[in-house]
Amino acid sequence: MIALEGRVIKEGRAEGAALVSSEPIGFYGNVDPDTGIVTEKGHPLEGKSIAGRILVFPTGKGSTVGSYTMYRLKKKGKAPAGIIVRESEPIIAVGAIISGIPMVDQVDISKVPDGARVMIEGGRVIVED
Amino acid sequence: MMLTREEQAMLDGEHGPGVQKAMEIIVALARIYRAERLVPVASVQVAGVSYKNLGDAGIQFLEEWAEQGARVKVPTTLNPAGMDLDDWKEIGFSEEFAGKQLKVIRAFQRMGIMPTCTCTPYLAGNVPKYGDHIAWAESSAVSYANSVIGARTNREGGPSAIASAVTGRTAAFGYHLDENRISEHEVRVTAALDDYSDYGALGYWTGKRLKNMVPYFTGIRTATADQLKQLGASAAASGAIALYHVHGITPEARAKSMLAEDHETLEFGEEEKKSVRGELSGEVDLVVFGCPHASLEELKKIASMVSGRKLKAELWVTTSKPVKALAERAGLKKTIEEAGGRIVADACAVVAPVKSLGFKSIAVNSGKYLWYLTSQGYKVFFGDTEKCVQAAVTGRWEE
Repeated sequence: MIALEGRVIKEGRAEGAALVSSEPIGFYGNVDPDTGIVTEKGHPLEGKSIAGRILVFPTGKGSTVGSYTMYRLKKKGKAPAGIIVRESEPIIAVGAIISGIPMVDQVDISKVPDGARVMIEGGRVIVED
Repeated sequence: MMLTREEQAMLDGEHGPGVQKAMEIIVALARIYRAERLVPVASVQVAGVSYKNLGDAGIQFLEEWAEQGARVKVPTTLNPAGMDLDDWKEIGFSEEFAGKQLKVIRAFQRMGIMPTCTCTPYLAGNVPKYGDHIAWAESSAVSYANSVIGARTNREGGPSAIASAVTGRTAAFGYHLDENRISEHEVRVTAALDDYSDYGALGYWTGKRLKNMVPYFTGIRTATADQLKQLGASAAASGAIALYHVHGITPEARAKSMLAEDHETLEFGEEEKKSVRGELSGEVDLVVFGCPHASLEELKKIASMVSGRKLKAELWVTTSKPVKALAERAGLKKTIEEAGGRIVADACAVVAPVKSLGFKSIAVNSGKYLWYLTSQGYKVFFGDTEKCVQAAVTGRWEE
């Protein structure tokens, strides 16, 4: 088990299997808002569902409407359980806050293997072996 | 970061869940950008209004936030919607789209936001003063407020602008601070700037090169407010420019030197001006003026150009409701309609579902329209105002 420290963007507790992307994520137009499946062509997560996962990625990108897409995913029960990023930008941060998705930034995401069991507790990230 | 007692109370939920959510957004942005404090804002402009972009998720979010008691504390106005809120049926928008769009507007009104539906709030009563801190979304209005008025704003998104309106605060970073308003990039203009479209070409070219920097234009002897509106809008569209200075013309560049001693220089000459172009020839379905929304003076000029002519292509002038009302009183609406054109209020060709009306090729005199309509897959022609009117008359474009 390893414990990582980050900075709280949206306070909360979350637990789930990590889904790790090496590339930035833009929600608007790239994630299906009704199914949670990544649709962006050539993206490392293309075809995968983010629903219920601890989504781990470097940073956000794309249109500011992405915040509303995250909100819609939450309402449909297809949002990630938690979000861990290296660097926050306003679209993902605002999306996490308005959707109530626990979020931590400034985390060394190279320490989180894809598929590992991860817990977010405030600014603490616990990765199980 | 320092919060005042009142700001902390908002964050702790003492003013209700709607205000708390708004303050959480402001504080998160302050943290991300390492702001030391929040500043009170004098006014807000909210973007993200068209149902085409918001979708049902957006409506649900806005209704819920209004339900939680989110109410604006400062004068707050709205960006264009996806249709003319009054004449949508006549123009051809569907009942379904109209129903959803009006639902969006009602949710904003419930929060106390004025349904101005224009990208030129400064022509519709939301006029900040020099030096005011404001929180504006809509990139062209951000550019105008920062550059032409000398107010201070970052490029806000939809939810963050609403959060500022509800808390009356924004985080003090970016263009709110003196040091970030200095330019390190001179753009020396040697090309002749005559038509409105020339200012669009200059903005378009500059935005592509300088991305999100602060350009300092030299060599421009005179410029009207309308021309500066076009310059800034185009630079904000092709790049992400939120602030520019024009030597001796814009207010901060009059008061003191805003160009760093250590700066690089680009030149915009006739060749560079010519490099900004759309398609070269073809049929034209629609000619659209008013990006940003046309002022009364622009409408007057367009009306005089189409007066007595018969238009083959559709011609729209997009503008705000108050300007449309004044254009009607001044007889300009009648002149434009007699030629076969129309004045569309509240909306524009970027945020309205224009494709659903069957338009494929569009002629414009705005660099911002050129940028967005090209990216949306239309065939776009770009030229001066007279050339666009000519295209409306013949239904064709030839370079």
